[in-house]
Amino acid sequence: MSNMNLTLKIWRQNGPDDKGKMVEYKVSDISEHMSFLEMMDVLNEQLIAKGEDPVAFDHDCREGICGMCSMFINGEAHGPDRAITTCQLHMRTFNDGDTIYIEPWRAKAFPVIKDLMVDRSAFDRIQHAGGYISVNTSGNTQDANALPIAKAAADEAMDAATCIGCGACVATCKNSSAMLFVGAKVSQYALLPQGQVEAAERVKNMVEQMDLEGFGNCTNTGACEVECPKGISLENIARMNRELFKSMVAG
Amino acid sequence: MSASASIFQSSIAKKYWMAISGLFLMIFLLQHFAINFLSVISPDLFNEVSHFMGTNPLVQFGLQPVLMFGVIYHLAMGIRLDMQNRAARPTKYAYEKPGESSTWMSRNMIITGLTIFAFLGLHFYDFWIPEITTKYVAGDISGLNAHGEYRYFEELVHKMSDPIRVGIYCVSFVLLALHLMHGFQSAFQSIGARVGKYKNLIIGLGKAYAIAVPAGFIVIALFHLITH
Repeated sequence: MSNMNLTLKIWRQNGPDDKGKMVEYKVSDISEHMSFLEMMDVLNEQLIAKGEDPVAFDHDCREGICGMCSMFINGEAHGPDRAITTCQLHMRTFNDGDTIYIEPWRAKAFPVIKDLMVDRSAFDRIQHAGGYISVNTSGNTQDANALPIAKAAADEAMDAATCIGCGACVATCKNSSAMLFVGAKVSQYALLPQGQVEAAERVKNMVEQMDLEGFGNCTNTGACEVECPKGISLENIARMNRELFKSMVAG
Repeated sequence: MSASASIFQSSIAKKYWMAISGLFLMIFLLQHFAINFLSVISPDLFNEVSHFMGTNPLVQFGLQPVLMFGVIYHLAMGIRLDMQNRAARPTKYAYEKPGESSTWMSRNMIITGLTIFAFLGLHFYDFWIPEITTKYVAGDISGLNAHGEYRYFEELVHKMSDPIRVGIYCVSFVLLALHLMHGFQSAFQSIGARVGKYKNLIIGLGKAYAIAVPAGFIVIALFHLITH
């Protein structure tokens, strides 16, 4: 395939209080081997050369691990491909002459900082509310292998723990619900013996914080698990629902 | 967060109650269907069972109020959750492709739900209000017509002889099927049961229920329209 000429419609917003609007840009000679973020870099170099303000977007590792890149591309979180982050999205997914819509995650709990960057600190506050275990690490930690864990439980916990907290679940959910994220974070401890001690308090506190942040309610549409770059399953939400029920019954 | 407050106020607890009221309504719907189906196979049996349901004090004053509460609760909570969910995204996307990741049924429960509620208005006007008026206003709990025969079957046939009414009923049942297609498995997901080895069973049962029960109601309505 020859290189592509593309029309980009990008959300531009100067700051949290700015109204913001979609602005059209043209980029040309985009290689199919570029990642989506590299294409954005090309655009920003163009804008800087013209003395314009480059488009602000979050990015860090650019290898699908850090959870920083976001972007709602052509109506889907992390774009049209599956099980990838925006940095892993390649331009070969698009065709010459395409128009690409690029928007920030939309949620009341994720306010726009600038352009395509949103404030995802609501996720941090949910983690602070209970997404940890209390361990004394002052030189006398026990050997990890001293505690037997079933392979199946370890695998499932690891599957849940692969959540990178990017927020695609919230962005893609029609209700801006954070249930997949919180479900994964609750599950990764609920499945392991180390998580049992604080299990009841953890799920109650994390759900309470999630509600306080203004995320919507889960209606089980399943859109989150489809768009999740790490393939986090809806079963984690069901597990969280069970965990919360257990914590309520137990007091 | 106190335990009593969380059982009613947390977002997940609201979903439990939505699921429990939905499961209750699905059980009710199944018995309603079973009794209605008797009208196709035996008018006499249909009359007898209808008379029992219409005059048994436990059904009338025990279960009926619970059912009323269940319907109103499911509706009110559905509207409330939908409003909260809309408020969670004040700025909409300029371009969305929701069909890529979720079904139409799952995204439009409020539309199918409100349509079913509107249908209940017609259904109450057709059957429930006349029934209550006859029994508790006019005070006639005999269940008999002027000829001394049970009136239930002839009332059903009379209502189902109007093609427009039957048409509205059939359209409503299609929307009910769409509502149940998502609702059945969603209720199990909300209470944390749609998992592991049960997942496919629940999804399969949900589809079977969502198609069979509304289709059965359509068959009953068309049967009486065509045969009478």
